[in-house]
Order: sequence, then structure tokens, then C-alpha cells
Amino acid sequence: MKQPLIKIEGVYKDYQLPKKYLFQKAPVFRALHGINLELHKGESFGIVGESGCGKSTLARIVMALDEPTSGTVLFDGQDLFKIPTAELRHLRRNFQMVFQDPYGSLNPRKNILGIVAEPLDTLKEKLSFSQKKERVAKILVEVGLNATDTDKFPHEFSGGQRQRIAIARALITRPSLIVADESVSALDVSVQAQVLNLMMDLQEKYNLTYMFISHDLSVVEYVTDQVAVIYMGQIVEQGTTKALFQRPLHPYTQTLLRAVPDVNPLNKKRKNKLVIPQFEKTTESCPFIDRCIKATKICVNNAPELLENEGQLVACFNAE
Amino acid sequence: MTLLKVQDLCVTLNTSHGPQQVISHINFSMNAGEKLGIVGESGCGKSITALAMMSLLPPDSKTSGKIILEGRDILTLNSKEICSIRGNRIGMIFQEPMTALNPVQQIGAQISESIYLHMKLNQKQTIERVKELMDKVGLPVSRFGLNLYPHQLSGGQRQRVMIAMAIACNPDILIADEPTTALDVTVQEQILDLIRDLADSSGMALIMISHDLGVIAQTTQNVMVMYTGSIVEMGSTVDVFQNMKHPYTYGLFSAIPHAGSSAHLCRKRLSSIPGQVPELHLRPRGCNFADRCSRASKMCKAKDPVATRVSDHHQVWCYHPLKEEDKQ
Repeated sequence: MKQPLIKIEGVYKDYQLPKKYLFQKAPVFRALHGINLELHKGESFGIVGESGCGKSTLARIVMALDEPTSGTVLFDGQDLFKIPTAELRHLRRNFQMVFQDPYGSLNPRKNILGIVAEPLDTLKEKLSFSQKKERVAKILVEVGLNATDTDKFPHEFSGGQRQRIAIARALITRPSLIVADESVSALDVSVQAQVLNLMMDLQEKYNLTYMFISHDLSVVEYVTDQVAVIYMGQIVEQGTTKALFQRPLHPYTQTLLRAVPDVNPLNKKRKNKLVIPQFEKTTESCPFIDRCIKATKICVNNAPELLENEGQLVACFNAE
Repeated sequence: MTLLKVQDLCVTLNTSHGPQQVISHINFSMNAGEKLGIVGESGCGKSITALAMMSLLPPDSKTSGKIILEGRDILTLNSKEICSIRGNRIGMIFQEPMTALNPVQQIGAQISESIYLHMKLNQKQTIERVKELMDKVGLPVSRFGLNLYPHQLSGGQRQRVMIAMAIACNPDILIADEPTTALDVTVQEQILDLIRDLADSSGMALIMISHDLGVIAQTTQNVMVMYTGSIVEMGSTVDVFQNMKHPYTYGLFSAIPHAGSSAHLCRKRLSSIPGQVPELHLRPRGCNFADRCSRASKMCKAKDPVATRVSDHHQVWCYHPLKEEDKQ
């Protein structure tokens, strides 16, 4: 078995909440609850879940922007949180991020050259101004913009073009991993399709690995090879995209897939029924128990582990 | 019976490039209890159409045409008469439940505001009405007090408060402007169900505005597709979504990744519409879509397209509507 590009092992992340009383111990919010993942080179890995489930926290940890409370993240065998800061800085050229909001993620006071060339400063070799300009012009053409756009400013571009600039900025250091956190959700469908096509072409050309975070299930299904579904900081189901979308095993995945409105106006069935919680939720019980239609007694006192079930990993006692 | 009739509506807004027409010559009518969808990409004029019906456009905008609600033209009314319609006969749900609610006012007070204004009830009756509304939208008063503030509620619950405010005075028309865009799919499903059930049970007409084709397909009977301020295709939702004739509508449908279409299995690229929506001051003469359309001819670039009838309930504004064999 090949060594994975990214290996996430037992990652927990706690955030401290504000105290309500002066001498109270600060309450803790557990954003990630023991995440194990492996991303292989050239693969597209999708992360799906509702808002607040910990998708973006996971992205920040993979990008080494946030330190996990416990657990390790290995990038190409190196522990991101054990190596010295200077070394991490050089390692950063290998993993880059494309953010959600193309209006907020580009500095409005810098021109495109300044924005796209900025990651080059992390490289060990120092480039001259003309070398930088040449590389920026080349990458702009690759993402479907003009080489002469270097002197323009972000406000001169539309949303889709701005997202292309963000992709150019991520690509300029020739990374092997790109984390795309809701990168196409702010775009209109016709432009979204253009950007998705571009991302797929670039992946083929440079053998990129994508970690694709989205709440839009149809986009994830289209782009990825592997998917993990996260609920309240835990992976509840993981498997190949094809299998997971055709035959979801976890009740939460089934609920998510059923909730997507169908574009066929004649097809109005497959609705989720409102779940009346039958069991009291405790700290030991399955996190999904209060929304689950399949909850039984065993779910009350035991949290299910992520176990293999017909080729997929599922954390449910009553999976089928 | 026709409840609302919009005739030749044009809206001109002042922009940094001078006055620009953002909506041109919109015509449609609605019956009582009908569910109409308006779908299109950002900047196509969906929300401006809704704001025009509520007379909420910026004061320096110019409107022409007519919006007739039960024989009265909304555009000619004075501000006092408008106030008796807005919130009373036409209710509106806005997109962002975070910003549309007042953060320093309790939700009970916010819901009761329009009841107080329009229904002339005393305090006790108003509170009763608020409680009834909260039960109706799925926020039972036993669990959600009237004295909660918006920040104490989740996104879906805030949207339920918005819905309670919009339906407080039993309006004839409910306008929902992207009511679920900021919500998760599971919550979206619940909110759409709620809106649909409320409209069905009270006989309200519903105008659902969304960029999400799935939302429109699941909630409406009739639909109009808008592009750069004009209607490009209009008809019953089943006709338009199953048998679209305008190249733009077809482009929209082909651009969404469909279930079971994993790229790595069949290596199929998503078909996208080339180019982008032209900016307001750069809109071309003739058909606005011509520059992005593969079927465009000389005529498209010279003359505005006229309505072509496809069937009794289906019209398309295109000189070269798609035929069956053009869709692969």
C-alpha cells in the first residue's frame, strides 16, 4: 500500500467557550471528535455535513492553521505540528487552500500580481520580480484568464473570475494538495460548472489531490472519489462516492440525500418525515439519536464505532 | 380569478454608470392560491421584481407599467395606502433571517407589529394571535417564549419567525425571496414543507424566488425564468422543466451535476454556459443572451425577442427555440 499524502489520526479539537460566571471552569465545545482519514495522491476526497459539524475546523487543521487538541496530522510522513515553524513554512507550499467567498478572500488593495505572487515568498529559492511576473502570467492563462490581467484589481472581475484568481494563487507554488472549502457555493450554477470543469482539468494535469468540502451533495458526488459524512464532529459514514450515494447506509446520510430537492417537478416523493425523538440523549449515546428514525435501545448507552459494512465504513448499530 | 396582474413593468435604478434599466417589460398574472416561481441567476432581477410589488424600491428609482392588485395599481398609490397593503395583503419572507430580524427586539414584539398595525386588535387578542402563529410555524409557545431574542434561535427557527411575521395578517400573496438559501438541506426541506402547507391550507398565493431549480420544482405550479431583467421562458413548471425551449433554461439545467453523474466514472465534463452575465451598462442590443448562445443569429443581436407560444401554458422569448433533437 502506498503511503498516504495526508494521514489524520485521532484528531480531537476543543474550543473554549466564554464563561458564564467568573469562577466557573470555561465550558468546552468539542468541534472534532476523533477523526481518522487518509488522503492518497491524485484522489479527490469529499467532506459533507451540515453547518457547524466541524468541516471547516478539519480544513483548518489540515492546513496547519489551527492546532488539534490531540491527535496527529502527517503530511507525506511529516507531523505538521511537531516540525519547527521555519520548516513548516517551507512545507506550506505543498498544501494550499481555496476559500468560499471570492469577494472576501482577495485583498482589494493589491493588484492581481501581488495577490497571486504572494505564496511564492514561502519558497526557498528567491525569485526576481520579472521571474515572479512570468510565473503569474503563465498560471493566469492556465486558469482561463489573460496574462495581461496582472495589473488589474479584484473589483474589476466577476465572482467566477475571482475564484479563478484564488485557484491561481493556490496553484502557483505547485502544491500537491488543495483544500477547497465551499469553493463553488457562492457562484451561480452556470459559472459553478465552469469552475468545476477547470478544477478537474487542473487535477488531471498536475495530479492534484483535492480535499473538497461542501454542503452541496450533487457537487460532491460529481467531483470526488471518496466521501466522508461528518455529523457533530464525527465521521458517521465513509466510502467510495459511487457506493455511498447509491446505497447510503447511515440514517443521517439517507436523510441528507432525501432532503435534496429534486429538479423533476413530477417527482415529489421520498420526503423525510419529522422525527419525534423516542430516546433521551445522553453523553454516551449515539450523537444522531434524537433525529434518527432507526434508533433502538442499544443506541442510548453506546456510541457506535466506525466499522466496516459491505465495503463502506459506517458508525451505526442499525445500518442496512 | 386574477388576483395580481403585472403589466409592462420596467424599473430603472441609479447606478455608478448612470440610470440603468434593471427590469424591462415584465408581464404576468397570478390567480388566487396559485404558486408561482421566479428562477434565475444573481442579478437577473428576481428580487427587484419582488421589491417593486412591495413598493420597497429605493426612492431614486423609476418605475413604469402597472402592478394591479384587485383593481388597484400599486405603483400609483400614496405612501399611506401602500402601508395598508404592505404586510397586510402582501407578506414577504426575506433571504437572510439574521439580518431581516431586529436583533434588539423580542420575537413576540416583532411578530405582533403588523398585527397591531393592520388588524386593530387589543393587546390580549394580539398576544393570542402571536401564540397561534408561533404554533402554526412550528415554534410552540410552551418551548419558545415570546420574549426570546433572535440570537437565541437557530437559522431555521429564525426563518420560522420570519414566516410568522409574513403570514400574521393572512395576506393574499406571500412572497418568499430565497427563503432557504442560507439554510442546510435538511432544514431547507422543513421550511419548504411549512411554506407549502401554509399556502395550501389558507389559500394564499405564493411567489417563490430562488436560484435553486430543485426548490422551484418542488414548490411551484408555474414558473418564469429570468435573465438580465427580462423573462425568457414562462409556463407551467412541469412544461418548462421537462420540455424547456430557451437555450438559457437548457443551459442552466445542463450545468447542475445530476445524481449518478460522477465525473470519474464517465469522465463527462459539466456543460457550462460560456461567458458570464453581462454587466448592467454593457447589456447588448437585442437578445441579452445572444453573446453566450450557440444558436444566435443576426436577428437576435438586432431585435428584442418576442414571445413565442409553445403550448397553452408555455411561452418562450426566443427566435430559435430548442427542438427535441437539439438536446442530447
